[in-house]
Amino acid sequence: MRKALAVNDRLPRKPLGQLVRRDKQLILIFLPVFIYYIVFSYLPMAGIVMAFEDFKMGSGFAGLFNSKWVGLKWFNQFFSSVFAWRLIRNTFLLSFYSLLFGFPIPIIFAIAITQLRSPKFAKVAQVITYLPYFISTVVVVGMMTNFLSPSNGIINQMIEALGGKKINFMSDPSWFRKLYVISGSWQSFGFNSIIFVAAIMGIDPSLYEAMEVDGASRWHRIVHLILPGISDTIILLLIMTLGNLLNVGFEKVYLMYSPAVYETGDVISTYVYRQGIENHKYGYASAVGLFYSAVGFAFVMASNRLARRVTGSSLW
Amino acid sequence: MTVKAAGKRPDSFRSASGSDKALDILIWVLVIIAVVVTLYPFLYVVAVSISEGAAVAKGQVVLLPRGFSLDAFDMVTRNQQLWISYGNTFFYTIVGTLCNVVVTCLGAYPLSRSHFFLRRPLNFFVAFTMYFSGGLIPTYIVVTGIGLYNSRLAMILPVLVSAYNLMICRSAMSAVPQDLFENASLEGAGEFYMMLHIAIPLIKPTLAVLTLYYAVARYNDFFNAMLYLGNSDLQPLQIFLRRVLLQASNEVLQSAGGQAAAAAAENTLKIRYVCIVLAAVPIFLITPFVQKYLVAGTMLGAVKG
Repeated sequence: MRKALAVNDRLPRKPLGQLVRRDKQLILIFLPVFIYYIVFSYLPMAGIVMAFEDFKMGSGFAGLFNSKWVGLKWFNQFFSSVFAWRLIRNTFLLSFYSLLFGFPIPIIFAIAITQLRSPKFAKVAQVITYLPYFISTVVVVGMMTNFLSPSNGIINQMIEALGGKKINFMSDPSWFRKLYVISGSWQSFGFNSIIFVAAIMGIDPSLYEAMEVDGASRWHRIVHLILPGISDTIILLLIMTLGNLLNVGFEKVYLMYSPAVYETGDVISTYVYRQGIENHKYGYASAVGLFYSAVGFAFVMASNRLARRVTGSSLW
Repeated sequence: MTVKAAGKRPDSFRSASGSDKALDILIWVLVIIAVVVTLYPFLYVVAVSISEGAAVAKGQVVLLPRGFSLDAFDMVTRNQQLWISYGNTFFYTIVGTLCNVVVTCLGAYPLSRSHFFLRRPLNFFVAFTMYFSGGLIPTYIVVTGIGLYNSRLAMILPVLVSAYNLMICRSAMSAVPQDLFENASLEGAGEFYMMLHIAIPLIKPTLAVLTLYYAVARYNDFFNAMLYLGNSDLQPLQIFLRRVLLQASNEVLQSAGGQAAAAAAENTLKIRYVCIVLAAVPIFLITPFVQKYLVAGTMLGAVKG
């Protein structure tokens, strides 16, 4: 039966009308999703033309077609402004430091959890460390801001008790990246370790036994069995993270920053928000946004190709 | 033999060599630090929220509550906006998640049918949106342009389906044995019937995971509310939390009745921490019970690559 179908597929195509009639139920089922993507994904993509126009909000949709064409004016304006370099640098550095600091911690934690001599406590520790991942960004930033508050935050109270001077963390540009990276890592290390724990569990138990028989130390086991055993997972996740390197979460930066820390905290997406939604410079903001989307797209495509090559070769 | 040794953990610890013992201790220390670092902020917040205002103001609360007072809870729960926000959040979470799951199934099923002549182009049509988007401004123009500003639908329609979850759902449906569909089809079952009675029941575990992820996303959604909901009667909890936690908590204080200025300053922190407790409670109650699904969820993503 299935073989017959497969052969059928390779026959010259049936006329379109006949195919539509045959699959009309499937088309109907897909229709809501089709409309959703047209309206909320593809219409905005078409809306990108406003990056080349002098778009005015009052005219609504129609404005897309009858606004004045300005070519690359907004792009030139952005790249010749003092903000361009600062925004690109901040966006890149925030993700780069997050990767540098945030990537190894889940791996180390996963190894520790699987090597713990009390499986019961390991389980409890896992459930606890997942928790912050499901807390909203608003609450995480809210806790951080209040803990670090110079007037009544516990951190500054401790600093004072130890004889130090209060630090105004949230409005000090030199602290922004550190706080962003540390809180991000705090929130996600437990959850991100799940995949590595699974990879370690997936290592053939007979290999452990063989090592034990050989009298290898536990340290030896971690370095020569576990790390090589999960290296494929590590490489794949690293590549995927690199693909999203410029995807700095808008929400968290938006909730954390203030004009006092724009020097290190302002990123492309928050700048687009301010220029577009707050200052109504729609054309200019969507030009900056388009630049951001295009660079992001290039990164993801490059990392996907890399991932395919790596997994392709490691399959052998 | 080895199994026996592994079963007697304390013995193997005592008989372990010095470096193994050092490593064991290091592992214990690492895991304990991870647990403490994760838990401490929450415990501290709870301790402050139930301590006496004076002790909080003097900074005497470090881990355990000092004194016991629920006045801040009283103040916060008397605030109308909190309950409006809470109600809105539950509405957006329940209705939103329901719509998410239904629409995800509707999108995934046709893409899982191998003979569907539009399968490849539609697959690309969905997948492309994961890699490229029109960006914030054009999306904002479209959403407000179709009249969703200050409408409850703004919290549901723009995030109706996630392409990533749809792909996971599609993979699960593709794994359903094809004979089931062929047999049903021979007996005259239509596609809609087969989706409801074959595909969906057989991927229930996957759907449970997707439901959970959608629900957490809807519960925590701040971005869409900030962009599209100016009317405070429609705003969800996250917007209320942002105002109280990061801007000013005067709102709650004022609604609590004429408090003296000193008491107000004293209570700011407590009120904020009470709000955190109230917001985190649903998540904390649910997470441990659904842990199995959460873990399964990350694996789904991993298999897909």
